[in-house]
Amino acid sequence: MDELLKILEEMHPDVDFRQCDTLIKDKVLDSFDIVTLLAEIDGEFGVTIPVEEITPDNFNSAQALYALIIRLSDDL
Amino acid sequence: MLFTSYGFILFLVALFVVYYIIPRKYQWALLLGASYLFYALSGLQFLAYIVATTVCVYYAGRRIGDLVQTESAYLRENKQELAKPQINEYKSKMKARKRIPMLLALFVALGILAFVKYIDFAIANINLIARAFGSEGGISFWTIAVPLGISFYTFKSAAYLIDVYRGKFPPERNLFKFALFVSFFPEVIQGPISRFDQLGKTLYGYHPFDGRNVKFGLQRIAWGFFKKLVIADQLMVAVRTIIDDPDHYNGSFVLVGMLLYAFQLLADFSGGIDITIGIAQVLGVTVQENFRRPYFAKSITDYWRRWHISMGAWFRDYVFFPMSVSKPMLALSKFSRRRFGNAIGKRAPVYLATLTTWFATGIWHGSSWNFIAWGLANGVIILISQELEPFYDWFHGKFNVKHTFGFRSFQVVRTLLLMSSIRLFDCYMDVPLTFKMFGSMFTTFNYQVLFDGSLLHLGISFSHYVLILSSLTVVGIVSLLQRSGSVREKIEAQPIGIRYSLYGMLILSILVFGAYGVGYDAKQFIYNQF
Repeated sequence: MDELLKILEEMHPDVDFRQCDTLIKDKVLDSFDIVTLLAEIDGEFGVTIPVEEITPDNFNSAQALYALIIRLSDDL
Repeated sequence: MLFTSYGFILFLVALFVVYYIIPRKYQWALLLGASYLFYALSGLQFLAYIVATTVCVYYAGRRIGDLVQTESAYLRENKQELAKPQINEYKSKMKARKRIPMLLALFVALGILAFVKYIDFAIANINLIARAFGSEGGISFWTIAVPLGISFYTFKSAAYLIDVYRGKFPPERNLFKFALFVSFFPEVIQGPISRFDQLGKTLYGYHPFDGRNVKFGLQRIAWGFFKKLVIADQLMVAVRTIIDDPDHYNGSFVLVGMLLYAFQLLADFSGGIDITIGIAQVLGVTVQENFRRPYFAKSITDYWRRWHISMGAWFRDYVFFPMSVSKPMLALSKFSRRRFGNAIGKRAPVYLATLTTWFATGIWHGSSWNFIAWGLANGVIILISQELEPFYDWFHGKFNVKHTFGFRSFQVVRTLLLMSSIRLFDCYMDVPLTFKMFGSMFTTFNYQVLFDGSLLHLGISFSHYVLILSSLTVVGIVSLLQRSGSVREKIEAQPIGIRYSLYGMLILSILVFGAYGVGYDAKQFIYNQF
């Protein structure tokens, strides 16, 4: 989780990613952030997020995104 | 058949009456018949294209659905015996099998689109290259007539198929119901590019007569007619005068034409979508909104979240994201990080995906270089604004103006001017000419034409300017009122006298001030050509 938070905080230092659960709804993360995130996650965790998993629910909070990474790592 | 023609109004009235008389279980079948009749009236020969796409995508969807069922049944039955690697291996094998019908159907559907819409553009470019190498003559053009709304129904079909492949929803099992989704006449000519899981919810259901729904739908149709006939078609006269004579109308005229075109396009396209959504509402069908006050956007990214929303979402979901997570893109990201460092490595996939998406968006709008230039200009400006973000952060840290009315107004005007500038590619339809005319705004100092009465010789009289300005003010006020909820609901809550005065004024203004051509046929909607 700490690695993911570090990636997110580098993108938006002013956002409290531990608390915020409306990252997509409130447009904190836009399409560009998501593309950057996908590449960062692939590099850091070795997990490629398939396009059907790019949903608002999976990207609305750091916790949801981390749960997705864990689920996809388990599938590997 | 144009939305604003007598024929279409008669067609609608007949349809509405029959729709609510026949047994409800046949309503969707009537809509299918009406949609095909509407389509056939644009040219019988075009039916072959839409039928081919429909049948092909339908059967591919069903095949994928069968494979999904096979996969689920197998995994359910063998869950206990299979280890995780075996499950993953089976899943990836099935994924590859599902991909085959999807790719084949996409090849056919997009192939038809590419063939009829882009073959002459390809030939023109081949001839150009051949001539550059000294070849004489060249390949003859095929001049194929482009079927009505082919870009819209092809994209709807492609989205359906990809979503079935991704497991978002099961395929439609009834060919005729699927054919209705593809051909649904209110949105076949200019969108929105509806998704199956949204439109399908209300398209096939039973729709008892609902007076309120019908009334609201008719109001929305009238509002669309007002925007199209009172604003867009009136403005078009001046816009065409300026664009058609670039030698004479340069400098400040270009600025005027650019701004008039911005409002013409807004009224034309959003008016058409109002008619679409209104017709669907009368029929009890919910069509998604395609505009959300675009000229109040504070940045280009914000603008594209508000303008032609269904198209932006289509390119995001089916081009931008899939490209971003593709293996070559992730490999590019890793390679560029290793080779050029983190800063460039991070940007490489975003830049490539953005420019490719906007290239595709441009060429989707039209098979000519001006549309490609328009698309790429959008992409470049979006990337520049991304790069400027640290500067914006610094600026807002230094000056506390972010939430002031003045700064927000500046952002709105800046976005409107930027978007209008790059739309000059759309106006002049020629890339070098567009640059020349854009440049003339800064090099030809004829500002006096703004005040010396020259603008009254563009085909619009002073009273027409007053009418258009008043109408645009009404549209602006309605847009602002929409922020706090439905304007029709607000009007409905008013006393009967006020309500009917407003309805009467709307209808009267369409009848009195609408720009009618010969035989009450208004001008073609701009987005029909896409």
